[in-house]
Amino acid sequence: MLARWGYRTPGMWNEMARLSREMDRLFGETGTGTRAGVFPPLNLYDNGEALVVRAEIPGLKAEDLEVHATVNSLTVKGTRKATEVQGASYHRRERGHGVFSRTIGLPQEVDPQKVQAAYRNGILEVTLPRAEATKPRKIRIGS
Amino acid sequence: MSDNKAIEVKEKEAIKKEDGEPTREGVYYTPAVDIFETEEAITLLADLPGVSKEALDIDVEDRQLTITAGVKEDEAGLQPLYTEYGIGGFTRSFRLGDTIDQGRISATLTDGVLTLVLPKAERLKPRKIEIATA
Repeated sequence: MLARWGYRTPGMWNEMARLSREMDRLFGETGTGTRAGVFPPLNLYDNGEALVVRAEIPGLKAEDLEVHATVNSLTVKGTRKATEVQGASYHRRERGHGVFSRTIGLPQEVDPQKVQAAYRNGILEVTLPRAEATKPRKIRIGS
Repeated sequence: MSDNKAIEVKEKEAIKKEDGEPTREGVYYTPAVDIFETEEAITLLADLPGVSKEALDIDVEDRQLTITAGVKEDEAGLQPLYTEYGIGGFTRSFRLGDTIDQGRISATLTDGVLTLVLPKAERLKPRKIEIATA
């Protein structure tokens, strides 16, 4: 019995981690789970074949964005320009502007040659296909 | 202001229930805005990432301007590993002054940024008075 529990523990921890993520996500949706102090905010997903990173970066042109990928990291860089209007007086100024650069480590190795990025409605989406070596492989059992 | 400085970050804040619940279901966030005034008009810029033209509503009613936007980010088949921003709609209201010509308000949505131009009424625009010489 004890031995069996021993085997199950890693699975249970994964399960706990997943639960904790789900909880964070739930709370995130009520406004406490977002991280302050980073731009752009990123969400990282796994679709089975690839890692998918989405970032909220409104008000840029695709050519103002730079995306670099290595086997295990992703960098997003750019400049959000301020709107300067001659002779205007500002009532409110809440939208941030300036240069930004973020690098995140990836939890799985990806193939940098196959990375694709799209920018639509102010959201950047980067698809990073998993490296062949990390894909699950069926092993033939020799007799 | 120079564009070389690092970007200042404003956290995406969900609207709390005590501030009045939205009629539509789901989480709503307050969009960050810039508002500036020139002699001709007041211009409002709002960050609405993920919002398409079809999902955006701008209403003017009794001097109250309301921006409501739905966001439908497709997360089907995606297992979240790490999240920093919540997905939800945006809503914010402003009270307009008497000076705005409500019939001529125009709006454009580009790359997740709404630009709303609120022109001032003709009769209220500042006018330079020529001084006649005797």
